[in-house]
Amino acid sequence: MAKVIKLRKGLDINLKGKAALETTSVKCPGEYALVPDDFTGVKPKVVVKEGDNVLIGDALFVDKLHPEVKFVSPVSGTVSMVERGDRRKLLSIRVKSDGKQSARTFDTKQDIKALLLESGMFAFLRQRPYDVVANPEDKPKAIFVSAFNSMPLSQDFEYALKGEEKAFQAGITALSKLAKVHLGVSARQTSAALTGATGCEVTVFDGPAPAGNVGVQINHVDPINKGEVVWTLGAEEVLFIGRLLTTGRVDLTRTVALAGSEVKKPCYAKMLVGQRLDTLLQGQVDLSAGIRIINGNVMTGVKTTAGGYLGAHATEVNVIPEGDHADEFMGWIMPRFGTFSTHRSYFSWLCGKKDYVFDARVKGGERHMIMSGEYDKVFPMDIYAGYLIKAIITGDIDRQEALGIYEVAPEDFAIAEFVDSSKLELQRIVRQGLDILRKENA
Amino acid sequence: MKALRKLFDNIKPMVEEGGKFHAFRSLVDGFETFAFVPNQTSRTGSVNIHDAIDSKRIMSFVVIALLPALLFGMYNVGYQNYLAAGTLGDASFCDIFGFGLLAVLPKIIVSYIVGLGIEFVVAQWKGEEIQEGFLVSGIIIPMIIPVNTPLWMLALAVAFSVIFAKEIFGGTGMNIFNPALVTRAFLFFSYPSVMTGDDNVWVAQHTIFGLGNDLPDTFTAATPLGEAALGNGLTDQWSAFIGLIPGSIGETSVVAIAIGAVILLWTGIASWRTMGSVFVGGALTACLFHQTGVSPLSCVDQLVVGGFCFGAVFMATDPVTSARTSCGQYIYGFLIGVVAVLVRVLNPGFPEGMMLAILLLNLFAPAIDYCFVQSNINKRARRAIKK
Repeated sequence: MAKVIKLRKGLDINLKGKAALETTSVKCPGEYALVPDDFTGVKPKVVVKEGDNVLIGDALFVDKLHPEVKFVSPVSGTVSMVERGDRRKLLSIRVKSDGKQSARTFDTKQDIKALLLESGMFAFLRQRPYDVVANPEDKPKAIFVSAFNSMPLSQDFEYALKGEEKAFQAGITALSKLAKVHLGVSARQTSAALTGATGCEVTVFDGPAPAGNVGVQINHVDPINKGEVVWTLGAEEVLFIGRLLTTGRVDLTRTVALAGSEVKKPCYAKMLVGQRLDTLLQGQVDLSAGIRIINGNVMTGVKTTAGGYLGAHATEVNVIPEGDHADEFMGWIMPRFGTFSTHRSYFSWLCGKKDYVFDARVKGGERHMIMSGEYDKVFPMDIYAGYLIKAIITGDIDRQEALGIYEVAPEDFAIAEFVDSSKLELQRIVRQGLDILRKENA
Repeated sequence: MKALRKLFDNIKPMVEEGGKFHAFRSLVDGFETFAFVPNQTSRTGSVNIHDAIDSKRIMSFVVIALLPALLFGMYNVGYQNYLAAGTLGDASFCDIFGFGLLAVLPKIIVSYIVGLGIEFVVAQWKGEEIQEGFLVSGIIIPMIIPVNTPLWMLALAVAFSVIFAKEIFGGTGMNIFNPALVTRAFLFFSYPSVMTGDDNVWVAQHTIFGLGNDLPDTFTAATPLGEAALGNGLTDQWSAFIGLIPGSIGETSVVAIAIGAVILLWTGIASWRTMGSVFVGGALTACLFHQTGVSPLSCVDQLVVGGFCFGAVFMATDPVTSARTSCGQYIYGFLIGVVAVLVRVLNPGFPEGMMLAILLLNLFAPAIDYCFVQSNINKRARRAIKK
């Protein structure tokens, strides 16, 4: 029987527009794009030219510091554009699909690490500390996979897993050849492919968000110490590896949850990484209304437009109202019955389990940290979150290390940032802190 | 509402950088954010949705929690005056409350004008938004001083504390000492005669707009704590509980403060750990002194008289200056209770010890937190070595 870890701290937010468990078909668009910014910590070096023909699995760009880490095309076709921004920063590489989906075949008998690197699967592995793309030269002490996402409006992985149980097990088995694999499963998940997965240590987590965050699971199973490296991988990305091993071809198909209060019929759709979002949103969302399309989860994803491309790690696309013309009168004293708050100075505690519509407003001005213990209530790790944030703001690197910055990623602070009455941008602060630390330690 | 929105939209370009009235940016900004929830949406790279709670809401609820004590304080100011003049029987509720209102209102106005004025100037200078912290301090200050404190003294003390106890540390959230208590300490040590002096400071002595009574210059009325310092016990515990005794404006009524405490604890703004342990620390120490015969006041007496309740509920629980770790809050609160009673009983110079106790523990709060944070750090370090 798998070990069960109960988590008390955290917060489940009920948002309107959860995806129904049905998959709609989405038209294949003409153009796909790989966005280097999705792979944090990578210095991209383009290895194709505009006009080149590529197959699925051919590298589009590599990491300048580790050229063996390749980032591969999700479709076959012609490279239509290498988009650059200010100071020639690489923004995206676009591939015009030829509609044939011809893929390169890989030799699955070779060394697993070499295979993952060659096929671009390695690029999906992330490492802690720093929450960046993993370094192939490291020897990780373990690989952690979380089989569920506890954030609001997130993808139900069990649904995505249906019919691909074998590929999942193949992926886990492959990973176990690199290091010990820990699989975190939710107490609500019953699929035998998850609870009975072999070649890994299964731990059941029972508690509110962010229990599904792999960082929280690491902290409870085998916390990271200074000098140690842990790799993490999304559950759906284990499927990518599994498909590669069973078919010898790269298949970056995701089962994306289209959810949020502004979506007419929230549901799932099969999409490729890098697929244009308007194929998904057409007919589902009123694009002329003031809406915010989020590439990824509402708690951690980035704002995008209908012309954006499905992010490399995005398992959902959330759409909420932007709310920038709300002009809400005297919010600080009004009862605001329809508004959700964890704080009892509002009345959501009276309304029970209701689904709320959230817009993207910050709903207050940024202040210094005033209240104490706000973060700790929703931060289920053995870390003093408030003190760590202060150490990052003041740039005290020794103290950051002492307080456990190596164990965290920005996403672990998402719920804390949501409840923060001082409206500090915790995820951004942590990301900047990690970037500086990585530079200093390099 | 739409007209108001339009008005702000029209004024805004004038106060922005390069506008004619740029010097009033912080002022307009302050009023605008009070009238409308800011429409600003979250930036990319941070969470896309937010809880509706913000510091304006929190501070407003603290002010709401303070209102019962303030309103009762106003009534008590009138009550004490009419009682001293012996005309209580002839006075209506309106006379009594009206007199108190007229005596207290100028203090609130002065406190807010001076304090918020400085806040606006600093916000303008630093190019930041107005911070709401002074909304609470500004109403607490008039409640913790004697009714006869001259307005100019109050203005001076408020200016001192806002500048030297708050703004030089970086504003609300960065201060070490509770600004309201620094105001009181400034008055207490600079003008001792008007803060305790000859016991003629606790009851308003002059008529205001025909309300109230003129009392003779020689009139004195000691607080129960002043009496206790002379070795006299508390004669009427019930009045002390209700709050019809001489004392600082807002501190006398345990009932009114209890209403505020319920609001603060229910909304989770004040830490129950801090508040509870102040009472536990105070009660235990008071018991000890009463049992050993050092103090004439019993355990309950100590808690209902003076500023003990007010300090425990509204000032010890200030999240900025109190201990931040949850274990630290127990120790912090407990020590405030202990020190407050210790000062009251053992130091003949200070009949009241709450202010000094909280200020002292404000100073030690980071040290208390340090112990708990350090234990977390040590645990992490040990874990790394063990491997």
